[in-house]
Amino acid sequence: MKKYVSFFKISFSGTIQYRGAAVAGIITQLFWGFMEIMLFRAFYEADSSAFPMEFSALCSYIWLQQAFLTLFMIWFFDLKIFKQIQDGGIGYELARPLELYDMWFAGNAAQRMAKATLRCFPVLLVASLLPEPYGLLAPSSVGSFLVFLVSLFLAFLTVLAFCMLVYITTFYTLSPYGVRIIVTSVTELLTGALIPIPFLPDWMQEILRFTPFYSMQNLPYRIYSEDIWGTEAALAIVLQLIWVFILIGFGKLWMKRALKRVVIQGG
Amino acid sequence: MIKLNNISKTYRIRRRETGIKNALKSFFSHKYELLRALDDVSFTVNDGEMVGYIGPNGAGKSSTVKIMSGILTPDSGSCEIDGLTPWKQRKEHVKNIGVVFGQRSQLWWDVPVCDSFELLKDIYSVSDRDYKRVYDELIERLSLQEIIKTPARQLSLGQRMRCEIAASLIHEPRILFLDEPTIGLDAVSKIAVRQFLKEINQEKKTTMILTTHDMQDIEALTERILLIGKGKILLDGSLDELKLKGNAQKKLNVRFSVGEFELCGGITLLKRSEGEAVFGVDTEIISVSRAIEQVTKKAEITDLEVMGSTAEELVVSLYRDFGI
Repeated sequence: MKKYVSFFKISFSGTIQYRGAAVAGIITQLFWGFMEIMLFRAFYEADSSAFPMEFSALCSYIWLQQAFLTLFMIWFFDLKIFKQIQDGGIGYELARPLELYDMWFAGNAAQRMAKATLRCFPVLLVASLLPEPYGLLAPSSVGSFLVFLVSLFLAFLTVLAFCMLVYITTFYTLSPYGVRIIVTSVTELLTGALIPIPFLPDWMQEILRFTPFYSMQNLPYRIYSEDIWGTEAALAIVLQLIWVFILIGFGKLWMKRALKRVVIQGG
Repeated sequence: MIKLNNISKTYRIRRRETGIKNALKSFFSHKYELLRALDDVSFTVNDGEMVGYIGPNGAGKSSTVKIMSGILTPDSGSCEIDGLTPWKQRKEHVKNIGVVFGQRSQLWWDVPVCDSFELLKDIYSVSDRDYKRVYDELIERLSLQEIIKTPARQLSLGQRMRCEIAASLIHEPRILFLDEPTIGLDAVSKIAVRQFLKEINQEKKTTMILTTHDMQDIEALTERILLIGKGKILLDGSLDELKLKGNAQKKLNVRFSVGEFELCGGITLLKRSEGEAVFGVDTEIISVSRAIEQVTKKAEITDLEVMGSTAEELVVSLYRDFGI
């Protein structure tokens, strides 16, 4: 265990030193948040009763999304992993007494968290200073806030475990682009990154309930504004836990199989 | 002890003719060719030995090293290293080995080298006391004081290679695999690396298997040579044995002012230009002194030099002999 913690630390400190990227990220996220809210405001002004979420709840959703973007966006892949698989650098990793899955998992967690640590506070601060209904609402209660944190963490694990599957496909396809493009565009919609899941057609929502995408960013953000609460929230968290176990378990098994047939590329 | 028995490995190589039409064709059906990378390879390396593993590009050197380090599974054959089968008991096995791939880096790119070392310490569960001892020694011997706090991405190749080698030794492995450790290094760095490897091998009795194209590496480091070509072990012997074989051919470099040369059996003219000539002398047919006598008979010689084949030439002639 200690080695994975150390690996987490080294990845974290390796990522956190890129201050320029963080500043650029913060500006982008703020700008993006404003644009999105402006856009939705135009729709809401036309007919606010036609929307499944209150405008202020939607604004909170958007700000949380911007603040924690790096935790949940599927497309924040560690490009080094793709490169390693493609050019054979992975040989070094395999020549060490390590579980590759655990190491990649720890590394990805560290990178995403390091980026989020740098970016979330300024965005949260600015968003909470904005006037109602455009800003980030304070949490409705201590209870729902705690549930939010639990769900946030589990959603994070779900995203990480899902991304691991994309890395593993590279063992089979060699070029990561195809899978990455499909996964990126599809998950943007299905995880509620583009628009919140309640905005999608009912039939689609019903299907999504049975996918891991429902357990990603969708859940914590909606728990925060109590769009989901009580037993529904409790059930949703149990479901998150189940998905975490399924995705990690499946990923580990698959990785083992993939490594058996792996050819280390290059001389 | 390293024991390889009848190891074979075949790769499937995808091939197509050049051009868009063929690219489209291959979209629907791939053509594969089988490439025998390793063909019935067997050898044994004893503890503390230092072995040079040589052969042209694509001969199967890297594949062998990958199999021995547990990264690649062979199609058939057995390999036992200190009682373990690398690809079956990978995690157990790799604790005891160190690997240096000259063309890749094992240091973490973004962080100072010392952070990478600390991480390796944790990965191999090295105790604080052992780590301190080994660390101090490596820093001292490879003179890393100046560069240990620099991120790996800002090191020169020579500096980085010293760090790579240090990194592979932090857990004091019993066996060290070096895949082209001196590739791209300047003369000074090469000598430093060789010197260090030699010391480690002699003092700690670390078994080392070293692949390289640099014959000076081989001359400086190894007693024993394994020559591989087209996936087969062609030769297993000492450098001296090899030299003996190659030394039958000597070269005579002659500078002269006037005159001409008469050749006889065993002497061939390799090169001739204004005032200079190079002869090949087959010492199995004619002795060197007789050869000198022969060529200097009718010429005014100003300078004369006798040269044996260098290891480099030796290997080229070996490659030629074996048709690889």
